[in-house]
Formats: sequence, structure tokens, C-alpha cells
Amino acid sequence: MKQVMSNKLVIALYTLPALVLILALVYVPIILTGYYGLMDWDGIGAMTFIGLENYIELLQDGKFWESAYHSFLLAAFSTLSLAGYLIISLVLANKLKGSELLRKIYLIPMLLSSVAIAQLWLKIYDPNNGMLNSFLELLGVENTPVWLADSKLVLYAIFIAIIWQYAGFYIIIYSAALKGIPESLVEAARIDGANPIQIAYKIKVPLIAGVIKVTVILAIVGSLKYFDLIYVMTGGGPNGASEVIASYMYKEAFGSYNFGYGSAVGFALLVICLVITWLIRKLTADDEEIQY
Amino acid sequence: MSNVNTQFKKSNLSVNKLEKSLGNRIGLGLLYLVLIVVAVFQIYPLVWLFFFSLKTNTEVFGASPFALPTDPQWGNYAKAWVDGGVGSYFFNSVWITVTSVILTVLLASFVTFAITRMEWKLNKLALGLFMVGLMIPIHSTLIPLFDFFLKVNLVDNPLSIILTYTAFNLPLTIMILLGFYYTLPREVEEAAVMDGCSIHRIFFQITLPMTTPVISTTAIINMIYNWNEFVFVNTFISSDKYKTLTVGIQNFIGQYLTDWGAIGATLMISIIPVLIAFFILSNRIVEGIAAGSVKG
Repeated sequence: MKQVMSNKLVIALYTLPALVLILALVYVPIILTGYYGLMDWDGIGAMTFIGLENYIELLQDGKFWESAYHSFLLAAFSTLSLAGYLIISLVLANKLKGSELLRKIYLIPMLLSSVAIAQLWLKIYDPNNGMLNSFLELLGVENTPVWLADSKLVLYAIFIAIIWQYAGFYIIIYSAALKGIPESLVEAARIDGANPIQIAYKIKVPLIAGVIKVTVILAIVGSLKYFDLIYVMTGGGPNGASEVIASYMYKEAFGSYNFGYGSAVGFALLVICLVITWLIRKLTADDEEIQY
Repeated sequence: MSNVNTQFKKSNLSVNKLEKSLGNRIGLGLLYLVLIVVAVFQIYPLVWLFFFSLKTNTEVFGASPFALPTDPQWGNYAKAWVDGGVGSYFFNSVWITVTSVILTVLLASFVTFAITRMEWKLNKLALGLFMVGLMIPIHSTLIPLFDFFLKVNLVDNPLSIILTYTAFNLPLTIMILLGFYYTLPREVEEAAVMDGCSIHRIFFQITLPMTTPVISTTAIINMIYNWNEFVFVNTFISSDKYKTLTVGIQNFIGQYLTDWGAIGATLMISIIPVLIAFFILSNRIVEGIAAGSVKG
């Protein structure tokens, strides 16, 4: 048995293709992106080593900080919206009729490509013929907003589309976690006279704290690397009002051919994502895993 | 007996219902109202999209956006498919998605088998390598990947997309497979070893067939992710003949900026396959999404 199952040749044959792929296409590139950040490079010609110049420039680059601010704003909104998704999941968990169907309906937008979603919401926000402004006009609103062309509103408008896209995803995750709570615990609380709100708040939510932590990480890190939807809907505009870190990186590299500087931005994005994941895990690490 | 039991349960339930106060019922009604409003918010934009994909420009710009199409313009779909070249993008999406999914699921199954069933020293390290891969933001790899594919002459070659999809989907796929492999009893495989079965036969004829349920879960999740992927295709592919739907849609819309009907039809064409997959396999999809994140 042992001999067969520890055959080195077979192990190599089974794992090497996948290992080579992930090393070559994921790990080597993230190291290289930090290295290319040390270069002055237009992507085609030769690289010139310029030390930390790009990284120093990055720290003083107002546009970078503005896009980082937008990314963090989206992360904050996304984290706050988790509370709403959690409440919906808690309501659905009370064995309401049709809750399975509702959950599936909520999930549908998540299955569509960000490009299709972005194009659809471009039409919804269309100032003249869009669904939203026509609806507002029906309600008697005059001077309807121009949404994506308004630098004060654009980020919020995009955020609504993001909620639309991801609501079902988080509701599915929470629902799966809530299903894992033993019925006996809930029953015991009910016999002790707890009302549904108390059961939800004092028993169910603490029991799925681990999953909530994972969703907070997913929401924050996911928002920090947000790209497709914004790239298609506004391209970062108007006038940089919806620029985020990833779109700024893309623009610098593939738009202005500053591949060295773009790499530095990309590396900053990686570091920010890893630090935040580590920080959240660290901050919540003393919560003991709940056993039941 | 069971009949009596259900009978008993039913009468019990109805007593409960009677006991519920009016306030409770109103509360329940309000809850449903909120849940249904959310459902409408989630679904109505797609219904609206379907309607305007069937409208003429006069209807879009002249009539209320909430009106039904008076004379459904199925010609919009033909225009997108033939004149707009959406048919060719669609075909590319299909074969690139399918190839990558097969490659990903097969390689991930090999790795998961080796990690959970075989004994080797670097086992844990390899597993860690794949799991950490879940946290890497793809945008941080984009410039070096582009440079790499440029050097090996794979820019504007579908192979670059297939390899990248496979590499980036391996971590999630392995994670979902792992959960299933750990719960799978080893007795069958152990017996096969005793009978002198070769390891490859064990993998292909015993383990792989036993894992079909989880393979279909990972396959459908991979399929949706690949079908919808945008940034890699947008960066690595420049010729129209290799573009997939997500990037192709962008192209198409650039050309037909004001033709809402054709744009709507293109978007519908791109989302219909996913919707069909969802109606057939919604349980698997829900399972895959839950498994892919809860354990993370």
C-alpha cells in the first residue's frame, strides 16, 4: 500500500503540471511586478534601473491617493452593506415559504459578467432614456441627476450596481452558514422564551462569526481590486472621480505605457490586499472558534 | 402510521397559526414585502433589458422605457449575431471556456488526489502554495504576464488565456475538491491497491468517477468565471477573431453606440447561456459558491 501511494514519479507527474502553472503565472509575476516597479520602462524597449524612484513618486502622487481613497470608500460601503445581506439571510433562515426561490433570484446578477452588468447599468443611468430617470420623472422629480457624469454621484451610482451584483453572493454564503447551526440550539432558546430577533442577534450571529469574518475580508479585498465594472462604466471618470487603484494601474501601464510605474502601483495593490487580510485575521484572531 | 403523524403535525400547525396574533401576521406580511421588493430590484433590470433588446430606436427614444415592445424586433438579435460578429465571439467564448474548464478540473483533481491520498514530504507546502494563491489580486500579475506572453510569442494567442484561466482557477477548484476528497472513504481505493491495481487506474477508474458530483460543481463554477472574464482577454488578445464575448461586447457597443436594440440583444446573447445553466444547475451553483468561500 505504502509503496504504491508514495511513488515519487507518480506524485511528480500528478502535481508538477499544476505547480508549474501556478508558479509561472501567479507567483513569479507577483515578484516580478515588485521588481519591474524599480524600472523606468515603456513595456517594449529596454528597462532602466531607477531604484525606488517609482515607489517614492507613488507616495507623492495625488492621483494614486485619490484612487486609493475611492477604493477604500468602496471597501467601507461594501462592508457596511454586509449587515443588510446578513439581515436578509437571517429572515430567510426562518423557514419562510419560498425562501429557497428568493435566494436563487437574488443570486442571478452575480452570474453575469461585469461587462454585461456595466453595460446594463449604463443604460439604467442614461440621463434621457434610462430606467432610473424615467422613474424619477414619473414621481415628479425635476432636474433629474446625470448620475455617471456627476463627479459627486458617480461613485455611489457605481456602488448601487455593485450591490446589485454581489447581494446574492453574500446571502448564499450567510445562508449556508446559518443552515449549519444545529436546530437543537435554536429550539432550546425558543423554549427559554427568546423571540426570533433575540435568537438571531444573540445566538445565530455569534455562531457564524467566523464566516462573517471571511465575508468582511472578501468584501474589503474584493473592493480594493475592483476593476471591470468601473473600467467599462466610467473608465475612472468624470475627471478621475471614480478612479480606483486597479483602473489607475491599468491606465498607467496599458494607456500611457508607463509599465515601470504601473508595476509599482500593481505591487502597492498586492501589498495593501495582503496587509489588510493579515490585519483582519490578526484583529479577530482571539475570537475562539465556536464549538457545538 | 406516517399518515396519522402528518395529520397530527398539520393540525398542530394550524393551531399554531390560529394562535399567532394579528400583529405577527402583519409583521410577516411586511417581511415578505421587503423580500419581494429586493427580488424585484434584482430581477427587474434584466426584464427591462430583455424588453429594450426587442425595441426599435423610435420606441427607445420616444416612448416610456417601461412600455412593452409593441412589435418585437427579433431582427436585433440577427443583426448582433451576424453583422456585429457576436456569433464569432460566442464561439470563442464556448471553446476557450470549455478547454480551460477541462484542463483546470483535471489538473486540480490530480493535485487533490496526490495531496489527500499519497504520501510525500512537501505535501503541506504544495497545498499551502495553492491556498495562498486565492488571495493574489490578478491585477498585480497583469504587467509581468503580458511581458512574459510577449516574450514567448503568446500575445494574441488563445493559449495565453487558457493557461491563465487554468492557473488562476486552480486554487478555488482544489479547495472545493479537497472538502469532498476528505469525506470520501478510502476503502475502495485501498482494496484496489491490494488487488494490484495501478495508481493511474485507481485515479481514472475509481477516484475520478466517485468524485463526479463535486467535479460538476467545480466545473459549473469555473465555467461561469471563465465565461465572464474580461481583463485578461482585454489585455492579451488584440485580434477580433480570438476575442471572447465580454470583450467582443465592448467592441460591438463601440460601433453601435446609439442602437439600444442591438446592444440589448448582444447583452442578452451573452447572458442567456449562463441563465440556462442556472435554471438547470442552480443547486450545484449555490453549493459551489457556498463551498468556495465558507471554508476559506
